[in-house]
Amino acid sequence: MNAVAGSIRLNLTPPVRYVLRIADTCLIHAQRLAEWCGHGPVLEEDIALTNMALDLVGQARALLAHAGRLEGQGFDEDQLAFLRDERQFFNLTLVEQPMRRSSAHAPGGDFADTVLRNFLLATWLKALWTRLAASSDSDLAAIAGKAVKEARYHQQHVGDWVVRLGDGTDESAARLRAALERAWPYTHEMFKRDAVDVAAEAAGLGPARDALNDAWQTEVAAVLAEAQLAVPADTPFTSTGTLGRHSEHMGFILAEMQSLQRQYPGGRW
Amino acid sequence: MSTSSNEWPLWEVFVRPKAGLDHKHCGSLHAPDAKMAVQLAREVYTRRQEGTSVWVVKSSDITASDPGDKGMLFDPMEDKVYRHPTFYELPESVNHM
Repeated sequence: MNAVAGSIRLNLTPPVRYVLRIADTCLIHAQRLAEWCGHGPVLEEDIALTNMALDLVGQARALLAHAGRLEGQGFDEDQLAFLRDERQFFNLTLVEQPMRRSSAHAPGGDFADTVLRNFLLATWLKALWTRLAASSDSDLAAIAGKAVKEARYHQQHVGDWVVRLGDGTDESAARLRAALERAWPYTHEMFKRDAVDVAAEAAGLGPARDALNDAWQTEVAAVLAEAQLAVPADTPFTSTGTLGRHSEHMGFILAEMQSLQRQYPGGRW
Repeated sequence: MSTSSNEWPLWEVFVRPKAGLDHKHCGSLHAPDAKMAVQLAREVYTRRQEGTSVWVVKSSDITASDPGDKGMLFDPMEDKVYRHPTFYELPESVNHM
């Protein structure tokens, strides 16, 4: 893919990639959650989803600023968020999938998809932040120490929704089951160990992704059991967003997210 | 449109701004049950650090005075100024009571 005019190019060392994977996962998940703003099923949950998106934006900002320091060319968090091309984003593929269906013919799902994705990710982020709080990188440890409180609340709130929908009416249970089947294949990537993980683990920067697997499986299985849902069977598919190879949805979300800074470089308000 | 039969119940929300102060009524919200009501109260009413503790009570569990009885219940207090402790000379040391 050709670089868009005005794009920045990063020097991608393993620690920079490691931090960007987490930062971008938070950022793109926040962007998807923000699509609910003004469209929530009830006013109270509309605010809850938006609050969650803002927590994730805050986490992404802190991590992007830190990635900029590690990278060394002096880029700030805004430049990293709005001036990178698709191949230099390293979020989990799950978060870029369409979330809220905005019209009958648009891609995306229903409230159950949002609840379920939120739950799978919040559980993963909670496990990750908990371990990152012991990072050898004191900035990363401080960011994680703050974020883990937010993630614990997110995980409880969306976990409660999983139980209410799964153990609710026939309709809500069927929708949640379908959402689980759709999201599950993308969870493989959450635990895929590669060279970036190995380097981070060796340096004490943070856990390798596969180290999160046991805690995540245990917690997810417990909530799904309470929600009367079976854990889906594994599939061989592994998505590749953390390698910078994204699904067809990523270009659209970046176009919307970055258009203002691309059209009015350095614009502020 | 939702009907009253499938609408979530209404809850009254009380927030304590900081330790030592009372919980104050600050509004209401809809929630499916008490646990979710506490979470949504946190989302709706404490986003700007307004609270350190939240209570929720089902609105239907509150018994209120009848607005039509306002005259009977509260007007008789209008001319009972002697019920205010303002007729005593307080010692200097308790001046700010």
